[in-house]
Amino acid sequence: MATAQPGTAAAPPVGTGPSGPDPDRWRRRATTFAFLAPAVLFLVVWLVYPTLQTIVRSFFGRSGSDFVGVDNYQALFTTDTLLKAIENNVLWVAVVPVLVTAIGLIFAVLTERVAWATAFKICVFMPMAISMFAAGVIWRVMDDQDPARGTVNAAIKVVKDAFSESGVLTTGQPSSALLTGSVASGFVLKRQVGPGQTALLGLTAIPPDGVPAGAQQAATPPVKPDGISGTVWRDFKPGGGVPGRVEPQETGLPGVTVALRDPGGGTVATTKTGPDGGFSFDEVKPGGYRVAIAKETFAAPYEGTAWLGSKLITPAVMIAYIWVWAGFAMVIIAAGLASLSREVLEAARMDGSSEWQVFRRVTVPMLAPILSVVFITMIINVLKVFDVVLAVAPGSSQDDANVIALAMWRTSFGGVNDFGLGSAIAVLLFILVIPALALNVRRFRRES
Amino acid sequence: MIRHRLTPIGTALLVTAAAAISSCGSSDDDKTSSTPATTAPKEEAVSGSLSMVGVWSADEQKAFQAVLDGFKEKHPKVTVKYTSAGDNTPTVLGTAVSGGNPPDLAAIAQPALVKDFQAKGALKPLDFAKADIEGNFPPDIAKLGTIGGKLYSFVFKAANKSTVWYNVDAFKNAGVEPPADFEALKTAAQTLKASGTPAYSIGGADGWTLTDLFENVYLRQAGPEKYDQLTDHEIKWTDPSVKEALTTMSEVFSDSKNIAGGTSGALQTDFPGSVANVFSAKPKAAMVIEGDFVPGVAKSDLKAVTGYNVFPFPNIGDGQQAVVGGGDSIVMFKDSPASQALVKYLATPEAAAIWAKLGGFSSANSKLAPESYPDDITRTTATGIAKAQTFRFDMSDLAPASFGGTPGQGEWKILADLLKNPKDIDGTATKLEAAAAKAYKK
Repeated sequence: MATAQPGTAAAPPVGTGPSGPDPDRWRRRATTFAFLAPAVLFLVVWLVYPTLQTIVRSFFGRSGSDFVGVDNYQALFTTDTLLKAIENNVLWVAVVPVLVTAIGLIFAVLTERVAWATAFKICVFMPMAISMFAAGVIWRVMDDQDPARGTVNAAIKVVKDAFSESGVLTTGQPSSALLTGSVASGFVLKRQVGPGQTALLGLTAIPPDGVPAGAQQAATPPVKPDGISGTVWRDFKPGGGVPGRVEPQETGLPGVTVALRDPGGGTVATTKTGPDGGFSFDEVKPGGYRVAIAKETFAAPYEGTAWLGSKLITPAVMIAYIWVWAGFAMVIIAAGLASLSREVLEAARMDGSSEWQVFRRVTVPMLAPILSVVFITMIINVLKVFDVVLAVAPGSSQDDANVIALAMWRTSFGGVNDFGLGSAIAVLLFILVIPALALNVRRFRRES
Repeated sequence: MIRHRLTPIGTALLVTAAAAISSCGSSDDDKTSSTPATTAPKEEAVSGSLSMVGVWSADEQKAFQAVLDGFKEKHPKVTVKYTSAGDNTPTVLGTAVSGGNPPDLAAIAQPALVKDFQAKGALKPLDFAKADIEGNFPPDIAKLGTIGGKLYSFVFKAANKSTVWYNVDAFKNAGVEPPADFEALKTAAQTLKASGTPAYSIGGADGWTLTDLFENVYLRQAGPEKYDQLTDHEIKWTDPSVKEALTTMSEVFSDSKNIAGGTSGALQTDFPGSVANVFSAKPKAAMVIEGDFVPGVAKSDLKAVTGYNVFPFPNIGDGQQAVVGGGDSIVMFKDSPASQALVKYLATPEAAAIWAKLGGFSSANSKLAPESYPDDITRTTATGIAKAQTFRFDMSDLAPASFGGTPGQGEWKILADLLKNPKDIDGTATKLEAAAAKAYKK
């Protein structure tokens, strides 16, 4: 800042005698002050005063009149959501600046040698033109869990569904204790059956629109002397009905894969049910068998990954953030790259270095000052990250996506209205940003 | 709280219901002239301009402006300027009070804020309108605004949180009827499950939906006296009555297959999501237990009554018909004849009728004719409040925010943990007590 050099500003011009106080000197001081005053005033009113007031406020409780000492700071490190925020911020600082710088560097180096460099650069830089909040909203929509809405899951669904077929049913529960199992393992009739007997496999918890197309009224299976016949049906009618009995209004479940297993569990035969849910295994050898509904029947289509759920929310937010800032890093680094002396690179190539060696041993070291500018700027930005988290994370996962700046806002304004604790969080953030800022200031000094 | 802001607004918003109100005898507060209002409006003596800050914004603001227009007709010399502060009302009013320049009147959603302002001596008592308010509102509602024997606020716009919303087709497919009591609800839930539609949709990601459920169960099971004691933390959260209510809740929570998305799904479902589960042509659940603001967040083509419908939260055992609710209260910062006139006017059924006709409004005013509401659903939810034998304000809204109003901590978090692990009744009660003890101490 200009105030750092009072000596030069007040240096007496050549030729002035050292005798007595110099009226000119005072006038110059006054002029200097007059020019500085507006800036100083703004700084004091909008930076110095709020900072001091925040520090003072952090020692008071909710109401603002009760001095609580370091209670707020204690709460800061004992409240789960705030600890999570600090933890997440550490993660952000550890991951994001490195990735942004690395991706920026890769893009910058690669765009130097592709044909459509400018077009490519514009594409990568474009997100910078969008406000961070809008970018967050875009990603929130893209990350929606429902593949019908979220682009990301829609893409995954296309790939997944191409490789696996979904079953005719997705839900189902045994209608009575005669049947065991679950949707994940399939259902098995507890009782063993032999030729001449029937198997009733009643399922419930199937919504009316979950019944496969073409289903008809379920039928009681006919007895076959040398075979096993049975019915798989939706054992439910409005009001409930009697579990385990085929009744009017109860529909068969067609297309269900039924397996006949020997007592050891080996599959003897499989068949599919007809429109009334009926199936039969003919010419079965005498003995006891188990009848099962295979789990393939319940293979559910891909229902989407919960990008915005508690587990993946932080990576999801980070991706949105990197998407925006990679362009910035690329442009800065590309500018640095353009100003590199070509001779050194050429010399290295002439000496027989491979492209990789040139990149690692020449380009990167020569770019180091630029890379560190990008890196430190990103650390400061990332420490203060706020808007993108608020925009991407839905209310339900904001606790898991929480970062210090968001925690500060939520504590101060988001319903809690605890300015004391909010101020304490702000002070913590302030303290965390200082080292990075100091680093930057020192570098500026060195450069000038 | 955001909850109150979600109420739906009906259709006819542009109708400036300049209701032709003829009878206005009760709002004559001029000290000199006490002529009965038989002929023309007699309040000409009251004049001045009033400022009012409130939580109602957007459509609600338009509707309230219509109410104020009705006031203007009766008191042509009083100008009321209403400013909406929306969800920032506490901040705006807090700053204004600290700065010594509050508005004449305000509409506040948080009872705790009313208490705060009263404690600071910023509020003027409304005792001049006590007779009107006690005459027009059920006793429980009139009592709500009383602090230290004096009346400081009354609920102008109420919210009914004792409602259960259901998908009509899902009920029809399962062959169940809206249950009359809690046992019937549990039976219906089992039938719904067998029909293929899980009975409950729970917005477990938003802790306040769980506190609302707890309050509904507790008020019915433990009764209003215990409810008040627990609200003031005069009895502990480890009290047997609390554990009993938690057990009832866990009966609902423990059947994971009967919850949309199962337990894990419910924990990630926010309130709008829980509504969408039910308000859909392909419902993921049959019922969602939440307040009268539910249709306001539903984005579906389902029609009221034929597509979705509502029934009151069923009684448990032989408890009284009770309503847990909330509401936006009117308070007065500056006393003047004009302020008094407006307060009295807002307490009349005529004022409530103007907004009621526009929709998205429930009044606790028992003198308001049910026909004033635009549709059956609003009529059911709104008259539930005015008719309730017991009405209690949402307990978590009355508790210190760090306990009853903060995402991820206190009651919100602990009840979400109960949803995750419904067997842990004792542990839940102990954790609730620990959190409450810490929060109420401050």
